[in-house]
Amino acid sequence: MTEFPRPDVTDTSRTFWDALNEGRLVFQECEQQHRWLPARDFCPNCLSDQFKYVNAAGRAKLLSWVVYNSAMNDAFKEQVPYNVALVQLEEGPKMMTNILAPNDELKADMDLQLEIVNQDNFKLAKFKPILK
Amino acid sequence: MNELTRMRGKYVIAGIGHTDFGKLPGRSTISLNTQACKQALIDAHIEKSAVDALFVKVPTSAKEFMYGQKLAEAMAMKPKLGGSWDQGGAANMALISNAMAAIETGQCEVALVCYADNPRSGSRQVYARPRGDDAVYGWFSTAAGYGLIHRRHMIEFGTKPEDFAQFAMASRRHGALNPKAQLKLPLSLEQYMNAPMQIEPLRRDDCCLVSDGGAALVVMSAKRAIELGVPNAVPILGLGQGQTSAELPVRETLTSTEAVVSAKTAFKMSGFQPKDIDLIQIYDCFTVAGVMTLEDYGFCPKGQFGAWSKGGYLEIDGALPMNTSGGLLSETGMPGLQLIIEGVRQMRGVANLQVQKARNCLISNQGGTMHTHATMILGRCHD
Repeated sequence: MTEFPRPDVTDTSRTFWDALNEGRLVFQECEQQHRWLPARDFCPNCLSDQFKYVNAAGRAKLLSWVVYNSAMNDAFKEQVPYNVALVQLEEGPKMMTNILAPNDELKADMDLQLEIVNQDNFKLAKFKPILK
Repeated sequence: MNELTRMRGKYVIAGIGHTDFGKLPGRSTISLNTQACKQALIDAHIEKSAVDALFVKVPTSAKEFMYGQKLAEAMAMKPKLGGSWDQGGAANMALISNAMAAIETGQCEVALVCYADNPRSGSRQVYARPRGDDAVYGWFSTAAGYGLIHRRHMIEFGTKPEDFAQFAMASRRHGALNPKAQLKLPLSLEQYMNAPMQIEPLRRDDCCLVSDGGAALVVMSAKRAIELGVPNAVPILGLGQGQTSAELPVRETLTSTEAVVSAKTAFKMSGFQPKDIDLIQIYDCFTVAGVMTLEDYGFCPKGQFGAWSKGGYLEIDGALPMNTSGGLLSETGMPGLQLIIEGVRQMRGVANLQVQKARNCLISNQGGTMHTHATMILGRCHD
């Protein structure tokens, strides 16, 4: 079986991926409370290098998504049709992810809960709908 | 009059050239670019020796180190300045702007701007590329990025598939009437709705063609064009640009881009407003890109494309003819120069589907997943 793609874990992004492996989704926040994803060495807003990593509470909203009916990488062949989504954490930062739900149950702006899952022994931040 | 408005009509597109569009196996991008440049020089009625700058948009599917210099060598040119520029489909107008700036500051006098690529017979891998670390989620391809925007547009404004179809049907109708178009098939609503969806919510006919081909144009001052005896120079009345983030998650919104700023600059330079524009060539790599451009420019109220464009508004016999040679959806998937070239033909009065009495033509270019944007307004030849 083809291996899934792996992120390019750099000095800049290592803290993010290490935290995820420990079961925490983190984003960065500078002294002026600008918050961002993905990991950077400087705040993209004020260019400050004084920042901390903050644990996301794990709540998010579904902004948009696509459904792949064919795979562009062999590793995803067995997952077709699979979704890739843009979500916004309740703390503000946005990220790409997968929603752990049937594609026809996805709804705009639906509330989501973080679920950290294994993919080839690598932890990824995915989300599942909060059922009301 | 400020620095911007002072530039209105000061520069011209003196010549245009292009290769065939479609599948051109065995042709290198250097070969395609050379042919297009040769045609543009013939069209401008100038000698190669008059050119002293060569600006090239880097081939999308096969980037090369020092590509601009390789092309200059293939034409035995020693340009004073030039090189290749990586900015996606808005690069064509960025290079025209760079040429104008270089001429304005005395760095050169006559510039060739060109582009060629061969992804149809070569590699299409660039269009299916992994999108950074997000490839771990299966996030691949240019199309998927547009799919995400397309879906958000539907969510925020209730835009229907039928609305996007209306855009595609206009480009496709005009392409079907263009004997040189790669895809000469008009599109019906039924065909649009029934086509397969590789990446939902995009339907097949929301997506542009993949094409081999090259195109070029010659930029110089209006004054120089008279000195060189250029017979059919078309004045640049407006030009503007704008850029937003490379990746989608960091954008404040998915449903508007810096096309707003780009158009504002171009309109200001030209002195025109949207209501003054006679015809348009809109970059339609994906239908949502075209729809959002028309909204961001102020032609169409945000979120009301379907009602605004109904009844053939954008078709050749409508109020605002668009993509009169077929656009990226139909003429060729080339990223943008073909739209400028069609604008030049319209302003010369020699287009295949000529819009009678058109006094100006607005053209949009954009690149990446709506990262980069450029707007140009041309005026009529000999006006």
